[in-house]
Amino acid sequence: MILNMGPQHPSTHGVLRLLLEIDGETVVKCIPDIGYLHTGIEKTCEAKFYQQVVPLTDRIDYLCPMTNNLTYCLAVEKLLQLEIPPRAQYLRVLLNELTRINSHLVWLGTHALDIGAMTVFLYCFREREQLLRIFENVSGQRMMTSYFRIGGVSLDPPLDFWSKVKDFIDKFPKRVDEYEGLLTSNPIWIERTRGVAHLTADDCIALGVSGPTARASGIDWDLRRDMPYSSYEKFKFKVPVAASGDVYARYLLRVQELRESNSIARQALEGMPQGPFKSDAPKVVLPDREKMKTQMEALIYHFKIVTEGFSVPAGEVYQAVESPRGEMGYYVRSDGTAKPYRVHMRGACFANLHALEKLCVGRLLADVVAAIGSIDIVLGEIDR
Amino acid sequence: MPQPAITDLEQLKDRPAVAALQAASLVESVKLDRDELTIYINRADIRQACETLRESPQTKFNFLCDVTCVDVFPSEPRFEVIYHLLSHSRKERVRLIAKVPGGDPSIESLMGVWPSVNFFEREIFDLFGLRFLGHPNLRRIMMPEDWEGHPLRKDYPVEGYR
Repeated sequence: MILNMGPQHPSTHGVLRLLLEIDGETVVKCIPDIGYLHTGIEKTCEAKFYQQVVPLTDRIDYLCPMTNNLTYCLAVEKLLQLEIPPRAQYLRVLLNELTRINSHLVWLGTHALDIGAMTVFLYCFREREQLLRIFENVSGQRMMTSYFRIGGVSLDPPLDFWSKVKDFIDKFPKRVDEYEGLLTSNPIWIERTRGVAHLTADDCIALGVSGPTARASGIDWDLRRDMPYSSYEKFKFKVPVAASGDVYARYLLRVQELRESNSIARQALEGMPQGPFKSDAPKVVLPDREKMKTQMEALIYHFKIVTEGFSVPAGEVYQAVESPRGEMGYYVRSDGTAKPYRVHMRGACFANLHALEKLCVGRLLADVVAAIGSIDIVLGEIDR
Repeated sequence: MPQPAITDLEQLKDRPAVAALQAASLVESVKLDRDELTIYINRADIRQACETLRESPQTKFNFLCDVTCVDVFPSEPRFEVIYHLLSHSRKERVRLIAKVPGGDPSIESLMGVWPSVNFFEREIFDLFGLRFLGHPNLRRIMMPEDWEGHPLRKDYPVEGYR
């Protein structure tokens, strides 16, 4: 029998349609059908100035907007060969780790909800609300932050930002204990997740799986540690790796990542350097408002950047960062004008979704829900 | 300003990826730009080049990150298929580019080398109209099945109707 699951289904985390061929309760074949959220962002990018693409990158993966901002900004900065001041780099690391916590919290809440543990969702969204208020405080927006700019960040954070972040970081490890208390040794949770949707390390390599899903199968690879960017080499953190490669391993691994991210955010907060928050490149970076009102050149640069954009030397780069879901890569090609010739996003979910068939085939129908939740997909990023 | 790109094969022949491919005489040209190595491959050799880079003990590019395409319309050859390879053990990336003419937009599929190319090749087929020979399920993936045209081609308008 062929069963249609989705596109409107609460446990597909967006608009994913699955064609499931089942024999009794066992899944024989699983064909994902995607494209329901395709908005042609890659095409739109080609018609925008480089700085106008930043808000588009938020919309790809709405659970980790800062990670997408960062990847795109790093790629264009690599094309321009811009130096980023240390304060901006640390701010980016701090916000990226908070974004990772935010994303993992949504994942944990919805994943547990899918499997039937309702309470966790309420706990996770309590902390997420606190994080969204921090994002609103720093960027003016709760979800589509667009806070990073090519050459730094848009503004220095407001004064009460630091105390809010510190308050969150201090309390968060206790909160993770609460989530773990609800799930880690819960017999129903273990029954539904242990040994389910198994993936080996070789499968991960062959199917292009990256991020926490690959690390839960024993692939010891984290771009933050192995190919550091944005001064991640200055931070001390562990990369959790598990061997069993099932849904339970992915859950444990992401919970450990929550703790590690909190520790990185603490290091970034405590070691936050003073100094400028954007680089000294008047042709690329918008000037301060103060300068615009007192200096003629600043006003001219501002006018030129806003009306004509800035030209980027011809070339092509691929920049990848470790997003909460895996390797997020941006391929940007410039032909020397003010608009990108081509922007391509390598979404981690797009590759990870490909492994779904491997995860589901031969398992029970009820495990499909657990498998989808465990690879943590965001359909906005898959369809772009 | 960025340093000018190095395109001299002699200067780059010690790079493991270039050396491995040159041993099998698969290199058309090379480019080192902004610390990123690009190797241009003839489209007929792309499968062999990927297998060489994956198997050779000097390169060990075990992971295929990304496949994408660029349309350089109106110049010819019109399409560039771009492969980003990653080596987990050597912590290195390499970019392979195969140029495909607009008159015959087809290239061999890499499904036999990395099954992960499945969705990427379908996406390129859908949005650029390139055919991947040997792909078992080359159907549209983003656009509806009955869509006409390939949206990411440069002669396809950003706004309005065609």
